[in-house]
Amino acid sequence: MTAHAPRGADAPPELVQLLTPEGERVEHPDYDIELTTEEVRSLYRDLVLVRRVDLEAVALQRQGELGLWASLLGQEAAQVGSGRALSGADMAFPTYREHGVAWCRDVDPVNLLALFRGVNHGGWNPAEHNFHLYTIVIGSQTLHAVGYAMGIQRDGGESAAIVYFGDGATSQGDVNESFIWASVFNAPVVFFCQNNQWAISEPLEKQSKIPLYKRASGFGFPGIRVDGNDVFACLAVTRAALRNARQGQGPTLIEAFTYRMGAHTTSDDPTRYRLANELEAWKLKDPIERVKAYLFKNELADQEFFEKVDAEADALGKDVRDRCLALPDPPPGAIFDHVYAGAHALLDEEREQYLTYLAGFER
Amino acid sequence: MTTLTLAKALNEGLRRSMEDDAKVLLMGEDVGKLGGVFRVTDGLQKDFGEDRVIDTPLAESGIIGTAIGLALRGYRPICEIQFDGFVFPAADQIITQLAKMPLRSLGTLKLPVVVRIPCGGGIGAVEHHSESPEVYFTHTAGLRVVACSNPADAYTMIQDAVRCDDPIIFFEPKRRYWDKAEVDLAAPGLALDRARVVRPGRDVTLVAYGPMVKTCLEAAAAAEEDGRDIEVIDLRSLNPLDAEVLTESVTRTGRCVVAHEAPVFTGFGAEIAARVTERCFYHLEAPVLRVGGFSTPYPPSRLEEHYLPDLDRVLDAVDRSFAY
Ligand SMILES: Cc1ncc(C[n+]2csc(CCOP(=O)(O)OP(=O)(O)O)c2C)c(N)n1
Repeated sequence: MTAHAPRGADAPPELVQLLTPEGERVEHPDYDIELTTEEVRSLYRDLVLVRRVDLEAVALQRQGELGLWASLLGQEAAQVGSGRALSGADMAFPTYREHGVAWCRDVDPVNLLALFRGVNHGGWNPAEHNFHLYTIVIGSQTLHAVGYAMGIQRDGGESAAIVYFGDGATSQGDVNESFIWASVFNAPVVFFCQNNQWAISEPLEKQSKIPLYKRASGFGFPGIRVDGNDVFACLAVTRAALRNARQGQGPTLIEAFTYRMGAHTTSDDPTRYRLANELEAWKLKDPIERVKAYLFKNELADQEFFEKVDAEADALGKDVRDRCLALPDPPPGAIFDHVYAGAHALLDEEREQYLTYLAGFER
Repeated sequence: MTTLTLAKALNEGLRRSMEDDAKVLLMGEDVGKLGGVFRVTDGLQKDFGEDRVIDTPLAESGIIGTAIGLALRGYRPICEIQFDGFVFPAADQIITQLAKMPLRSLGTLKLPVVVRIPCGGGIGAVEHHSESPEVYFTHTAGLRVVACSNPADAYTMIQDAVRCDDPIIFFEPKRRYWDKAEVDLAAPGLALDRARVVRPGRDVTLVAYGPMVKTCLEAAAAAEEDGRDIEVIDLRSLNPLDAEVLTESVTRTGRCVVAHEAPVFTGFGAEIAARVTERCFYHLEAPVLRVGGFSTPYPPSRLEEHYLPDLDRVLDAVDRSFAY
């Protein structure tokens, strides 16, 4: 058994890329897109704001305000690119790390923080945002997305489902079953795998001997690998896959080749398993820096623009922090709320008993 | 005597088991370099190699299913499920295969597989990281189900579990992983299927296992100040259940309170209540009372102190027992 070589020093072949790490625009025969200056600036803004929310959350966790946080650092382009490819009617099914997609779906970041703070298990209305609840059990949501897509299929209309999962998740039975269902029912679903190279301490080699996007062909649908740190490419590839799904051409697996710059979560210690040079190599591919370089080089934005975005990020960071700190603990009775849609005698009895018991301490 | 945390005691126990028997394997997600998310397997891959401490793909059904195959080939796999809430993808393999294959073979096949599950709440975790799934497994014939509660016991229990020829679900109380105590590394330990009186007393029998044993001992210490002498029993094994220890105790005290973190409704306490009632009916001064979680999913962490039975809730039940 061999130790794995540090991954990611070179871009692997077969990777759709539209913007190099140096900020050079490159063409692709199948996936080129036209973006207005405004659109590029807006993507840049998204990337910066999303990163700021993430950094703020990590800081809040360090200060004991959140129980845990799963950082998206390094994965902003994959999330913003794919998230911005969605139409309002498309439905997204996230894991627990899709803060950037949540941003694109107008979910208040404080709702995400509330979950990790332990205030609730998911405080937004999925139907209102077409953004499902975070799913902690690895891979479960892939089947939900396929079922949802089968519903879309039955109802008619032009929309699709997209489901997010990690490289580790591809080992789960549920994910493989979801591939089968999507394929045989030709469901309008896009599988968006963020291959950030690690499942906690397990490198990709512990999950797969072949590049992940190639799995799709064995299930009978197309797979494609995109530079996950290139927001243009992620946008272009996801747009195309969603369009195909909406037009009845069935599922696509997108493997966004990216890297988890931070720890798995704030409880994790990556120094136990990963090499520093890997991190250094990936720093050079930062998703934000390359858009910045592109905007700057082509004189599509000046210093003032960047300063304005930074100021906006500062304000957002402060706002998110203040509102997170102001989140009250739910009252004890909240334990019993929403467990059932209808009345439930045992629960009513337990609630009553417990609140009476608590009241006994106040006397 | 050495002072060890519960996690480290398990680590030492696993190490002994692997030294004693070359057929013993460890397998699970992140058990190798990382040493498991709770570091229970820390350093074992370094010392025993990647063939014996196996970092698996992220697939619980796969972990148990392949462990069954390895056991059929003569190995003794110890599987780590990372958190209680993630055992369910493996539930099919555990319930339909692991538990039943020995019987199906009319005893010709043995499946000495240990499934280690960090269980319970109290660590401020997110959803699915604080559950108490014991009754899904105690209800499944063919499985032995045990729960350790302190370092010394954990050290011998894990070794006994590995030596046992039956499949075992081995619960580890995750909020007690960092508790320290003296461990005698040479002591043989109590048989795996026996319960232990961890504190003798005259007035009431308090029954617990896993994470609640410590809470119950604290409750007993507090009650002493009020002049109540509480006996605390650590069940250790849930299946089989050591009914002798229970009967002996409750026959003496006349009162019984059971505490666990899992919901009370159809929880393990129901089994204790029924057993004790059958065996000690004429000695009981009060019905057997249960303290535990509510009939709700484990709540978000900001509410867990309300969900988890604490010393006060245990003592409240003791008071209610005396009020009859
Ligand atoms: C079924 C299940 N098993 C184990 C876990 C514990 N766990 C949480 S995240 C994780 C690694 C996930 O890796 P990957 O799918 O690559 O996603 P990433 O976190 O890297 O984005 C594990 C093992 C879980 N949440 N669910």
